[in-house]
Amino acid sequence: MIDHIPFDVEQLRELFPILKRKVKGKDLVYFDNAATSQKPQSVVEAISNYYSTYNANIHRGLHTLADEATAAYEETRQTVKQFIGASSHEEIIFTKGTTDGINLVASSWGRANLNHGDEIIISTLEHHSNIVPWQMIAEERGASIKIIPIDDNGVLDMTAFKKLLNAKTKLVSIIHVSNALGVINPVEEIISLAHHNCTLVMLDGAQSVVHLDIDVQKLDCDFMVFSGHKIYGPTGVGVLYGKKVLLEAMPPYQGGGEMIKEVTFEKTTYNELPFKFEAGTPNIADVIALKTAIDFINQQGKSRMSAYEETLLVYATDKLKSIEGLKIIGDVPNKVSVISFIIDGVHPQDLAILLDNQGIAVRTGHHCAQPLMKRLGIVGTTRASFAPYNTIAEIDILVSALHKALKMLK
Amino acid sequence: MAETKSITELEQVLIDDFSLFDTWEEKYEYLIDLGKKLAPLDTSYKTEEYKIKGCQSSVWIHSTYKDGCVYFEGDSDAIIVKGLVSLMIMVLSGQKTKDIVDAPLEFINAIGLNSHLAQTRSNGLRSMIKQMKLDSAAWGS
Repeated sequence: MIDHIPFDVEQLRELFPILKRKVKGKDLVYFDNAATSQKPQSVVEAISNYYSTYNANIHRGLHTLADEATAAYEETRQTVKQFIGASSHEEIIFTKGTTDGINLVASSWGRANLNHGDEIIISTLEHHSNIVPWQMIAEERGASIKIIPIDDNGVLDMTAFKKLLNAKTKLVSIIHVSNALGVINPVEEIISLAHHNCTLVMLDGAQSVVHLDIDVQKLDCDFMVFSGHKIYGPTGVGVLYGKKVLLEAMPPYQGGGEMIKEVTFEKTTYNELPFKFEAGTPNIADVIALKTAIDFINQQGKSRMSAYEETLLVYATDKLKSIEGLKIIGDVPNKVSVISFIIDGVHPQDLAILLDNQGIAVRTGHHCAQPLMKRLGIVGTTRASFAPYNTIAEIDILVSALHKALKMLK
Repeated sequence: MAETKSITELEQVLIDDFSLFDTWEEKYEYLIDLGKKLAPLDTSYKTEEYKIKGCQSSVWIHSTYKDGCVYFEGDSDAIIVKGLVSLMIMVLSGQKTKDIVDAPLEFINAIGLNSHLAQTRSNGLRSMIKQMKLDSAAWGS
């Protein structure tokens, strides 16, 4: 329904108190949304409300506060289940974030399923968090990692991918949307090809979940991970989705409270899904506020916000291209509202400093994707990533700030 | 020959220089200009051995020792950082090893560059200062 109501950016901005602040005496222009999004007031209040009115430890307390906290915590699980189209709440595991989710799968699934000579496929586009956990478990298990190559625009070489798949390939773990470039990977095709090869697929959804409609059953991915803080929620909370049959077969990741059924000094039996993977008192407040963040997305309409982001992307792409010597990396049709660029003879760090002095937050550097930067033959890029609370006027500010910075550096 | 100014005196010279500028633009333009004018570092020193790992840009520092004093030269691939290298060289090069090691070097905060980069708590500059002090300590031992 919301999709038919015209998008009003000024109204949306009212929900984000941080957007009113000044940086270095200028109005904040926040274009680092791919690193973390800002939070609507409702999310801030959900955290505060939990601590002020019903803070309690969950699942075992027999008092009212514990009941309320448990109910709110488990409501988030239901909300996440619907948000990504999982078939059961047992498939939703709360983690600390994307990195934590990948480490959980690498450690638990990897230790139980990877053997000497097995292969894991990742891509050149990966964030370090989808490289290092696999290197660690591969080394431990005697497995090896194969890399899908890309072209100069960050597009995956699918012919090469097909050739990499073989009888030894146990898992493809792939970034859904490149954090460094914004390029959307053809994950449907990857999943289909992998499954024909009896290979599982894990999606790193850190950058995709906020922009794209996600239905894990339709996608048929085996695992998917994402972070709360990139979808208007708090830091320190994330989600691991896994098909129930896979999660049930996996050994626990960490031992402790919550994850047990019965403990004796001789033997411990483990709790059922999803609690088997949630050892210890979880991040209750932030999990509860994650529901508020997802409610915000649902209320605003994800596709409605994405359509607006697309207008920002098109406008900014056009304006930035008019700057002499500027080159967009990943200038492809199939991308989210992220623009990564380099400028001839200009170091990204110099740009970031001069933009910061003009109140503009962008990200520069290797974006935790050093192998990608190496492949592209660059030290890093400047990345402007847009959210629905950004405006055309802010893009104009960025463009004139860039002109000013370039004039100073020349 | 005029006596070499102390580190503290040189820091004050830079603080005074920067205080002439009213706007951030002027301060940064001056820093960028210092970066551009920094004597080039011999390419044979632009290697991993002399590189200081920062998160975003690379800095190379090479030092020599003569009569109890340490002399620095350096470079960076980012021009503003190169300006900072230039400032550090102006203050520290030609000073006695112990003076370099003991210098609190708070002038960077005092010149008001107003950036995370120019605060001693940021990694890049801290690593640069640490390396220059380590070099000096090594020469002095």
